[in-house]
Amino acid sequence: MTPILRAEGVSLGYGQTPIIENLDLTIVPGAITVIVGANASGKSTLLKGLSRLITPDAGQVTLRGRNIRALPAKKVATVVGLLPQQPVAPDGITVADLVGRGRYPHQGWFRQWSSSDDEIVAAAMAATNTHELAARRLEDLSGGQRQRVWIAMALAQDPEILLLDEPTTFLDVTHQIEVLDLLLERNRERGTTVVMVLHDLNLAARYADHLVVMCAGRIVANGTPAETLTAEIVRHAFDLEARIVPDPVCGSPMVVPIGRFHGVASTTTTPGVRHNEPVVI
Amino acid sequence: MTMLRERQADAAPLTAARAQRSRRERRVVLVLVGALLIVAAFSLAVGAYSLSVPDLLRTLAGQGTQSENFIVLSLRLPRLTLAVLVGVAFALSGALFQTVLRNPLASPDIIGVTGGASAAAVFGMLILGFGSLATSLAAFAGAIIIAGVIYLLARRGGVVGYRFVLIGVGVAFMVQGLLGYLLSRADLNDAQGALLWLVGSVSGARWQNISVVAVLLLLLLPVIRLADGRLRALQLGDDLATSLGVGAERTRLVLLVIAVALAATATAAVGPLAFVAFVAAPIAWRVVGTGGLALIPAALIGALITTVADFVAQHLLPGQLELPAGIITGAIGAPYLLWLLATSNKTGKSA
Repeated sequence: MTPILRAEGVSLGYGQTPIIENLDLTIVPGAITVIVGANASGKSTLLKGLSRLITPDAGQVTLRGRNIRALPAKKVATVVGLLPQQPVAPDGITVADLVGRGRYPHQGWFRQWSSSDDEIVAAAMAATNTHELAARRLEDLSGGQRQRVWIAMALAQDPEILLLDEPTTFLDVTHQIEVLDLLLERNRERGTTVVMVLHDLNLAARYADHLVVMCAGRIVANGTPAETLTAEIVRHAFDLEARIVPDPVCGSPMVVPIGRFHGVASTTTTPGVRHNEPVVI
Repeated sequence: MTMLRERQADAAPLTAARAQRSRRERRVVLVLVGALLIVAAFSLAVGAYSLSVPDLLRTLAGQGTQSENFIVLSLRLPRLTLAVLVGVAFALSGALFQTVLRNPLASPDIIGVTGGASAAAVFGMLILGFGSLATSLAAFAGAIIIAGVIYLLARRGGVVGYRFVLIGVGVAFMVQGLLGYLLSRADLNDAQGALLWLVGSVSGARWQNISVVAVLLLLLLPVIRLADGRLRALQLGDDLATSLGVGAERTRLVLLVIAVALAATATAAVGPLAFVAFVAAPIAWRVVGTGGLALIPAALIGALITTVADFVAQHLLPGQLELPAGIITGAIGAPYLLWLLATSNKTGKSA
């Protein structure tokens, strides 16, 4: 069974400024969990805490019930992988080389690179449709290709729990869907637990089994998208008036923001008339 | 652990890509070794008393005449050996600094580590009247102390890299100021000796200081080799390195200690030899061009730079005086620094 990753009363921050205080969260094994929230709500910080990039000032993150800090780092890396928001790579690195570096935690003193590593890397590249780029240099690729290569690297690490910090940022809508479909496929076919931070609420609602809504370092809602993505919670977490309608494609909740100039009877606006107060539906 | 077996994918292109990468690096290594052998032959054969190639080979095989033995084995060979060893040490030191801090400006000669060695050595020479061995020890201590100061200052806040370089450059200026002060209040003759040391030269090669550098390299090369995977992970940034199971902060500290030890030992043996540490690895990365570590090509390029520089300084520059090799390495390195500063903002890679 997939091990359970859990944050227990964690306080996280950088230096003196706490961003998250006393937060509890259990990542549902085998599901896709999406963390959403306004800017500076602590989403990325939470993800960094879960993947031990930052040490909690209080509380602990546990994996299979044991403090993740007390477990051997390389061992943890075979179970939990993180793709940061803006990863860096050395100049001139080829796609095959980069994806292959995901195998690092599986190698050791007595286990050097083997043909099974090659197979796993090849499978990761096939899954992300990057196998034809193998000999290309990373800097010569488009943004969408590059992101698929990074995800291939994360898949080559072959973690049971995959954390991704805004994997769709800087991508156009086509490539956003492509990346999310890829992760969904991985989750449904392999049972990989996926935890990611997303900005787009509608994509989050569509792809998430569980949605975690954060605001000012706290979790304000945690459950299925239908339970969590209500007009009230959107107003509270994002300070945004919106209508929630069913997504015409798959019925998940869809957030339609209202704004200052639109919203009367939801179709017409009066030219030249300013609505200083948002229209509350 | 889940295994990715169910979807079989063709691994052949990967194997091919990896073979191509290692073929390219191997070819570069072969060319560099060849070049180094040629330079070595010239260094041993050419001089006030020049030997033919057969004579040289005969002498190296132990069959030379007494004067040939003395000139080649006692005068030129130690000098060549020291040049090769310090070239390797400086180059690896720079490569480690630049890789671990992910910044091409982060080399021991730019951020004041070799400067610290120089200041301590000059202080020993001018104020305390040290001999050559004590001067070397002082240089070693100076490099370690300055590196420690930079590390502690840059560590606050956890971010290294860019901050490390900025603080290092600041420290380098302080050290330079101290050097200027020491030289200006010294006796003229003493100051000239110190100045010569500051340029860096392999002319003081003795089997004693050669063996110190050799032993250190023998001890550290396997450690660097073992850190290969961690270095490759660190190239991807602290976050990914941590995610891959590499303790980024601790690994960086250990590798920086190794890099400082290499730079300190080499500086103690021959003086600061400007810019060898700074240029060797970037040249290797450019030539190999695969985004790998290229530590072996970097080490060979370092050795090539120091041996060529010493040869040029000895034989190819006009004038009666034999010039120190550091003048030549400085003449190569300074334009590269300018080029790097001029182009780095465009690509945004150095920051």
